[in-house]
Amino acid sequence: MSQFAINLIFVGGSFALYIAIAIWARAGSTKEFYVAGGGVNPVMNGMATAADWMSAASFISMAGLIAAGGYANSTYLMGWTGGYVLLAMLLAPYLRKFGKFTVPEFIGDRFYSKNARFVAVACLIIASVTYVIGQMTGAGVAFSRFLEVESDTGLIIAGVVVFLYAVMGGMKGITYTQVAQYVVLIIAYTIPAVFISLQLTGNFLPPLGLFSDHVESGMPLLQKLDMIVRDLGFVDYTADVSNKLNMVLFTLSLMIGTAGLPHVIIRFFTVPKVSDARWSAGWALVFIALLYLTAPAVASMARLNLLTTIYPAGETADAIEYAQRPDWIKNWEQTGLIMFEDKNNDGRIQLYNDKSDSFKQVAQERGWNGNELTVNNDILVLANPEIANLPGWVIGLIAAGGLAAALSTAAGLLLAISSAVSHDLIKGSINPDISEKGELLAARISMAVAIVVATWLGMNPPGFAAQVVALAFGIAAASIFPALMMGIFSKRVNNKGAIAGMLAGLLSTVIYIFLFLGWFFIPGTNTFENVQANWLFGISPLSFGAIGAVINFIVAFAVSSATEAPPAHIQNLVESVRYPKGAGAATGH
Amino acid sequence: MTEHDRNAAAYWSANLRLIVGSLIVWALVSYGGGILLRPLLSGISVGGTDLGFWFAQQGSILTFIALIFFYAWRMNKLDKEFDLHEE
Repeated sequence: MSQFAINLIFVGGSFALYIAIAIWARAGSTKEFYVAGGGVNPVMNGMATAADWMSAASFISMAGLIAAGGYANSTYLMGWTGGYVLLAMLLAPYLRKFGKFTVPEFIGDRFYSKNARFVAVACLIIASVTYVIGQMTGAGVAFSRFLEVESDTGLIIAGVVVFLYAVMGGMKGITYTQVAQYVVLIIAYTIPAVFISLQLTGNFLPPLGLFSDHVESGMPLLQKLDMIVRDLGFVDYTADVSNKLNMVLFTLSLMIGTAGLPHVIIRFFTVPKVSDARWSAGWALVFIALLYLTAPAVASMARLNLLTTIYPAGETADAIEYAQRPDWIKNWEQTGLIMFEDKNNDGRIQLYNDKSDSFKQVAQERGWNGNELTVNNDILVLANPEIANLPGWVIGLIAAGGLAAALSTAAGLLLAISSAVSHDLIKGSINPDISEKGELLAARISMAVAIVVATWLGMNPPGFAAQVVALAFGIAAASIFPALMMGIFSKRVNNKGAIAGMLAGLLSTVIYIFLFLGWFFIPGTNTFENVQANWLFGISPLSFGAIGAVINFIVAFAVSSATEAPPAHIQNLVESVRYPKGAGAATGH
Repeated sequence: MTEHDRNAAAYWSANLRLIVGSLIVWALVSYGGGILLRPLLSGISVGGTDLGFWFAQQGSILTFIALIFFYAWRMNKLDKEFDLHEE
């Protein structure tokens, strides 16, 4: 059987499973859907949250970025897990006690202002659309490979599938579908990792394999990798980072962004009790950690396998001949995500760091005329089983897993966007008398618009999937998280303060991002070149969310203390949110 | 201030103390061990690299899980002690 057929079977089979579960789970009443709380136990909710949360960025892109950046990109690992600590302690239990369906609803009620709700909707939409772009980029890569088409074609196919999935399955995409998606995703991620860890280190647990000895050379895996990359002019894999300020701020942006993302927060409204919201955050992180503890092992091992494939006789000997290249390079060349250019016409593939000045001399001595193989980071996880010569079914499995990750998150985000538009914006302020049918239509139209915008921008993404997603976190960090936290922990912050704070945080972050990455992410419109020399105090656009959050807090407190205190009933509301006693099930409106 | 208010205030400040304590640990393992203090920990080697690298790629995640479960356990107990739990 051809690999193409195997891929189709795995991807098709997993899709059939989700649809079957969606139909089976739908048999319950609509009330069950809205108050999913009733029966969902915290462990199950944790698993569903993990599927909702782990997207193409986590599955497809993150390990590739760590492989390329080594220690420096550990920020993704800490940032995307540490946010759950903040969620569990600073937001989830209190928002569960408050007991409404959407995040803008809480902000509108707590700050007794339609305008505050309106601003929250705008923040939510900007963050979510940016996030969807990242998902589309990732799903496009996966589709282009397994359907063997150009990456742009893959992206358009992904757009169509996500749309159908969100419109059709989205409403039904209840907890059990996401549980199934989690299972597919985690199996797909860990099985190849276990195989590869066994091959390279003899240890079947990848997180331990990462710190074990490399079987072939007998030296620790990470030292072996450091040695190879150094010999090719790259920075050591485990090398420390000089710009620590940026690393800290980037990690912080990802953490508070995680806690500020509406589609994650909403999940904690579905558990029966406040105490369950606390447990649920813990279980979500356990399930997420299964992937996140494996990812750094996948990253280092994939980098090692890639380099030993290109330099079969050792990195100081000749590189592989282009004519002899393995099948996986041929396959990925079709997608345009791997490119080879024989710059010195010797028929061999030289992969090295041609940007390093100190390495220029060595390259010259070896007769190299520039790096000849360009590998897109986003393909690394998907190509990993092929690079390690694993059997065909593992390759099919990873395609299914990557798509499960991208599609479940994209669908969840589209639902968050459409509910913000139809429930908070139209029903909540513009036209409160809208019929149920009209509300549904508005939801679908906003979903369609969001996906068209995301697909179009996904063709020229402002970065790799994980980086685009990181921008979305910066925006959520600067706007939504501070407003929610002040709403719970301060009785003094009033409507004017909250609105001014959210706007200041959002605008400062978005403008800083657009200055370097292009206005509205349109390529070529950036004001400054995106290099460290141009950044303010060496803070990258990806890291600015943390600064935006600080600006938000300062502006909100300053404006609030200059204006009147919130009315007594609002102070009582804050008081009641703090104590679990008397929480009912979540309600709408 | 009624008895009930005093009880609620005590509960809230106990919660805040617990949060501050947990967040200190949270910051120590990630921003401390994983990033800022890495040069200081470079003497302690872990499987071909140093302790800071391990904290950045494994240790902080494991600590986060422990922290959330600890917090949930403590708070759910406090809810009952102060009689503010849900029925």
